[in-house]
Amino acid sequence: MPEQESVTLGDTAPVIETESHNITAHSGENLRPDQIPIRFAETWFSYNSEPVVRDINFAITPGEFAAILGPNGSGKTTLMKLALGLLKPTSGRVLLFGEPADKFTDWHRVGYVPQRTHATESRFPASVREIVNFGSYTGFNPLTIFKRKDSNRVDEAMEMAGITHLANRRVSDLSVGQQQRMLIARSLVRRPDLLVMDEPVAGVDAAGEEQFHTMVRRLNRELGITIVMVSHDIGAVMREATTIACINRDIVFHGPVHQLDAQALSALYGFPVDVLLHDPEHTHR
Amino acid sequence: MPEIFQYDFMNRAIIGSVLVGATAPAFGVFLVLRRLSLIADTLSHVALAGVAIALITKTFAPVVALAATTGAAVSIEELRMRRLLPGDAALAVFLYGALAVAVVLISIADGFNSTLFSYLFGSVLTVTETDLWWMASLAVVIAVFMLMFSSELAQITFDPDLARINGVRVHLLNLGLAVLTGATITVSMRVVGVLLVGALIVIPVLISLRITKGLTRTVITSSLIGVLVAVVGMTIAYYADIAPGGSVVLSAITLLVIVELGSFAKRSFDRSDHNSAIDAHTHAHDSHAHGSDDQSDHDLHGHR
Repeated sequence: MPEQESVTLGDTAPVIETESHNITAHSGENLRPDQIPIRFAETWFSYNSEPVVRDINFAITPGEFAAILGPNGSGKTTLMKLALGLLKPTSGRVLLFGEPADKFTDWHRVGYVPQRTHATESRFPASVREIVNFGSYTGFNPLTIFKRKDSNRVDEAMEMAGITHLANRRVSDLSVGQQQRMLIARSLVRRPDLLVMDEPVAGVDAAGEEQFHTMVRRLNRELGITIVMVSHDIGAVMREATTIACINRDIVFHGPVHQLDAQALSALYGFPVDVLLHDPEHTHR
Repeated sequence: MPEIFQYDFMNRAIIGSVLVGATAPAFGVFLVLRRLSLIADTLSHVALAGVAIALITKTFAPVVALAATTGAAVSIEELRMRRLLPGDAALAVFLYGALAVAVVLISIADGFNSTLFSYLFGSVLTVTETDLWWMASLAVVIAVFMLMFSSELAQITFDPDLARINGVRVHLLNLGLAVLTGATITVSMRVVGVLLVGALIVIPVLISLRITKGLTRTVITSSLIGVLVAVVGMTIAYYADIAPGGSVVLSAITLLVIVELGSFAKRSFDRSDHNSAIDAHTHAHDSHAHGSDDQSDHDLHGHR
């Protein structure tokens, strides 16, 4: 287990020992299991007997902006799918707010923004508003078609994501960046405690990327939403995240951004990497 | 009264067309958008195997075909869910397996006969009152299923993983969708035949996707188009004395070609209109730079 591992795992409430510089982190506080957004405990996942991720042990604490960094094929997306219960670990545990992720039911606490959706690549006929409204789903209701929709929350979410002007546009007509904003708005309707994003800015231009990071920063800092973002963009991760987990099948590093050094990155990518560290006191742009 | 309505068998065939035309494309919307159109073809071949079993055992073909499609739909969905076989591989195994079973059984049953032909290509003469009751019951079941699960079906179609993380029971609904697709094919085969029912599930949806917006509207428009092409195709089949399956599908394809050509023409017109506006804008801008006080110049700048 790497030295930076910061959560004591056990059957009782874990003690968070992290010295994260995230202002909303509960440094030194005892957290109940249901307060911990994501916790991996000796997690393994294999596909056709080939381990995709090995012996993962770390937790994401409330209010963190955690980045999952790693080269292609390192198991980043698998790790997120395990965290969201879309995959079941071959061995070990994955807990989502204290419950096994594959049995989790309290989904209004969780938002997810995938890299791509099935529908955005087809002529899906729905409007942006219709998709954002999916976020207000609260479970099966046989009279759902007659149910009044809470349009205020949908409007608020679209405003926060900056897509109010796109409300009536067809989903398949949106750019990649606009689609990602729509999916974030869809998650925000639920007012989640945790927002998981899988390479959300892949294929987005530089201006769109900056707008995107500004919005996500607000969600984390102003609304206190715990963010987990899978990325391969070291620069953006170093600038935006408060903690980093570097994975290459197993965890190479986990800890605050300012502790990430060239040695850890070289171990991650398998070749020498230089790092320019930000001043930890320096506020985000 | 037109001649076509003076025969009971034609009245039954037309009512059957309306029911089949309304139900088949409604499901098609979800299959086409999820790129699962091949499931309709697979289940229609499974239905054919069911018909062949019924011919051998001298049992009621729709019931045997329904049992076969239900079993196949559940098995395909389970194989895909448990990742035992990739989705398209599971479909291929069932499609060719069912066709092989049908061919073997048909050869045992002394080859093709008129009953088998009516199931393969549809027939205006063979739609019975019992068939109509089957079709009407299924139409009601499908309408209730779609109304009750409208949000869940839309979410699964948009993205199954997102739907699951939203709390939707994706696997159960996929099973329901697959089983009802099999049932739709089973009752539709009397009208359009098992070999062509897949087209009635897919083509009206393609037309609808071109002309309408919104998922609910797309489902309703697909059903209306399905009714239109089924009734038109059946009427042509009666007057031209041809197999209704082919007639219905050719009607649908003709409408698809017309709509696609219309859409292409509209896009070309919009593009040339847009280019003219840009040219006019550029010209006005040039004039403005040379001191023109033409009113159109101000109008165009106002639209920037």
